[in-house]
Amino acid sequence: MSKIVKCQCGHDNPFGIVLCERCGRPMTEEAKNSDVVDMRYEGSARRSQTYKRSIIDKIWNFFSSVKIGVSIIVAVLATSAIGTLFPQKFYVPVREEDMLDYYERLYGFIGTLYYKLGFYDMYNSWWFKILIGMLGTSIIIASVDRVIPLYKSLKKQRTKRHTSFMKRQRVYGLGPSENPDLALTNAAEKLKEMKYNVKTEDGAILAEKGRFSRWGPYVNHTGLIIFLFGILLRGIPGFYVDETMWIREGELRSIPGAPEFYLKSKDFSIEYYTKEEADEVFGAALDRVGTIVKNYQTDVTLYKKKENLLPGSTDMDLVKDYSIIVNKPLKFEGYSIFQMDYRLNELKSMTMQLVEKKTGKSFGEFTIDLDDPKGVYELNDGAQVNLIGYYADYAGVENGEPVSKSPIPNNPAFIFDMKTPDKPKGEKSFVAIRQTLETEENVYAVKFVSADTRDISGLTIRKDKTLYILLLGGLIFMIGVCQGSFWNHRRIWVQKGEGEELLVAAHTNKNWFTLKKELDEVKDFAKLPSYEDRRDNESIEQEEGEK
Amino acid sequence: MSLASLSANLLLVSFIAYLVATLFFGGAVKGAKSEASYKNNRWGKIGISITIIGFITHLGYFITRWIASGHAPMSNMFEFTTAFAMMLVGAFILIFYLYRTPSLGLFALPIAIIIIGYASMFPTEITPLIPALQSYWLAVHVITAALGEAILAISAVAGLIYLLKNVDLTKPSKQRFWLEAVVFTLVLVLGFVVSSTTFKMTGYEAHFTYIDKNEKPAKIEYNYPPLFGMNEYEAKTPEAMTPWAELPAVINAKTLTTFVWSVVTGTILYLLLRLIFRKPIALVFQPFAKKANSQLMDEIGYRSVLIGFPVFTLGALIFAMIWAHEAWSRFWGWDPKEVWALITWLFYAAFLHVRLSQGWEGKKSAWLAVIGFVIIMFNLIAVNLIIAGLHSYA
Repeated sequence: MSKIVKCQCGHDNPFGIVLCERCGRPMTEEAKNSDVVDMRYEGSARRSQTYKRSIIDKIWNFFSSVKIGVSIIVAVLATSAIGTLFPQKFYVPVREEDMLDYYERLYGFIGTLYYKLGFYDMYNSWWFKILIGMLGTSIIIASVDRVIPLYKSLKKQRTKRHTSFMKRQRVYGLGPSENPDLALTNAAEKLKEMKYNVKTEDGAILAEKGRFSRWGPYVNHTGLIIFLFGILLRGIPGFYVDETMWIREGELRSIPGAPEFYLKSKDFSIEYYTKEEADEVFGAALDRVGTIVKNYQTDVTLYKKKENLLPGSTDMDLVKDYSIIVNKPLKFEGYSIFQMDYRLNELKSMTMQLVEKKTGKSFGEFTIDLDDPKGVYELNDGAQVNLIGYYADYAGVENGEPVSKSPIPNNPAFIFDMKTPDKPKGEKSFVAIRQTLETEENVYAVKFVSADTRDISGLTIRKDKTLYILLLGGLIFMIGVCQGSFWNHRRIWVQKGEGEELLVAAHTNKNWFTLKKELDEVKDFAKLPSYEDRRDNESIEQEEGEK
Repeated sequence: MSLASLSANLLLVSFIAYLVATLFFGGAVKGAKSEASYKNNRWGKIGISITIIGFITHLGYFITRWIASGHAPMSNMFEFTTAFAMMLVGAFILIFYLYRTPSLGLFALPIAIIIIGYASMFPTEITPLIPALQSYWLAVHVITAALGEAILAISAVAGLIYLLKNVDLTKPSKQRFWLEAVVFTLVLVLGFVVSSTTFKMTGYEAHFTYIDKNEKPAKIEYNYPPLFGMNEYEAKTPEAMTPWAELPAVINAKTLTTFVWSVVTGTILYLLLRLIFRKPIALVFQPFAKKANSQLMDEIGYRSVLIGFPVFTLGALIFAMIWAHEAWSRFWGWDPKEVWALITWLFYAAFLHVRLSQGWEGKKSAWLAVIGFVIIMFNLIAVNLIIAGLHSYA
């Protein structure tokens, strides 16, 4: 495998070299025939350009191609855009099984198609994940394919270059000089002053600046890979928790996803902006929009189960009291609890009274705790009400039996057995909101008096150990991208040619405008021959016109 | 004078300053005979001075509004877009001092003017913050993201100048068509400003009730004669016109009405301009681009992407993720605004790759810069107003 290409200067280059690593002589026919040589990777020997036979070579070459990389980027870009056409699954307020209906109702035929093709959840689809995987592979292979040969080339470059290299630079000049040696010394001095790293060798100068910016792309690609790796880790159990819980005021619940921890909700509140406090500044907006919410807040207490306890024991330590508001989650031991949602005024308890229908005489009131509807309520004068049936979310009668569609007391209904001194056997009555059913005409009735309500907070529990990896990836990306964007790798070569001639050439990976400005300064100071930028035809034409 | 009204007046001063500065840059470009005199032209110096004055009063608007409201004025369509225009001008001033090109001002300032005009069509009163926005990340994330977008937009301006100069506009071609399409789009924005202002001045109002897409009753107010009615609408203003058609719940008929009025007004404006000049409007602008050095415009276009891309990444992705994690419990949720920020980022990443390794310079690079700006504007306008998501604050 390790074939060697020997250059006329005596340097042994790896197989596949375009420009000699040391002196810059063009080594391929293509390079020899070009006017301005392609300096992108210093004409180094890249694996992808050299080996093309085995299947591994082919895969390597496929992913190392920037053209393929850009195509993958464009594919991710285009498919991502499709996913924003209609809302994604997680923003649709209906259950999974009603989803097709939802898309059909709102978006018609295209909506159905969108659902059927899986675009309603496309960011979790296998093909989107494969695309992201290919992007990651491309980033790794394309970077490795370039960074190593580039590093070697830049390390091995010699100060004195062959004339054929100089001639093929975009910025190049050749001209006579009165005193070449003085010009070289002056140029070196000026370039040093301009913070160039200057090397001299046998009538030649290489001034270099900002080489580290060449590593920018590889550093930022490393950052991206770390980021993608962090996202992969979320699949591992324990790294990532994402749960939701609904908690009522006054309730104590174990926290899903965070064993050992319990949360008690003391109060949920909503606050609105009022004209009094918001004075003349917000008045106009409040007039236009109506009400604007100022705050959602759940006051909670966090508990932790005591350690070394027998299973089943519920002895707990108070950890802290906290008010969870939007943008200020409760944080503990890597977990965060967020205020996400709420429901107001869920029924908590209902107070009823037993009355004689004819006279309206009351036997007193009793309160049913809807969390724990108790069986028998003792009232005055020896009367008693027996709760024999409870339907939290009453939804009508099926097969002669009342049914409840959920355990949440949205529409509570009860069956009472009322025992009074003159009806000791009891009378049965079905009581729902604004509805009373009796099997036969009763003498007594249970009447609704009042109800207590409470609010419910919708909270999300998260733990994400990958966050720091993601943050690290982002940080490295930013460093790399700044390194590559804000600095430029500039090189200026000045060397003696035949007789009293001087050759000047310059190269930068970007920002030629500034390179030329700097070169002009050196040229004027050291009386170097004038050069031309062989890409900027307009300036050349203009100068020629002015002459 | 209260702080809020001082703020509004400062913005007006900036608007006028940018208009005047544009004229001076025009003078600089027209008057210059050679490259050297073009760079150090007296008109150009006056132009940049007035631009800086405008930028300072614009900054004054921003700061006084911040003090008056108690939060960074980046919380709705008006505030964001106005600040975006301010940063566009700021980015232009920076690039001007790097490269000294009056041509860039001649094109950047009118775009900033149109953007401010566009912004002013949205409700301008100071709105208190909803809970999700109450965080210092509002200032950090939105300002950085807007700054990044503004710097990226400069590359589109440079690209536009490059294209106006280098595309042969004398005979029909694909490029000529698309260049004219870009100009036409700018005229449409003007159409929106003109029609919206006209109906605002006449005080037009039409109230409706309708059934929204979650099948709940809702109310809406039109400021344009309602061409299209909302889903199952009922007119509450008898003297207003009857809509031509009722639209399904997923389409916001009010937005569509505004859009159609703007397109009609813009098209009439465009046809009038064509009648006056008797040639493609791009051709009218071409002489103003002729003095610019193509190589320099190409470089400015590339450089502003190089500067804008890291800033955009930081603001629109990294800060965005950190805040989203604090406010919404997840750093990324595939919300349309997030997705379009990612699309913008991917697009400029592709731009940098094809430029670096496929050698896409000159016209190709200039077109990409213009498309990038279109994506940014799409994210600002269409995603906020049409695609409903968590970011629809306006």
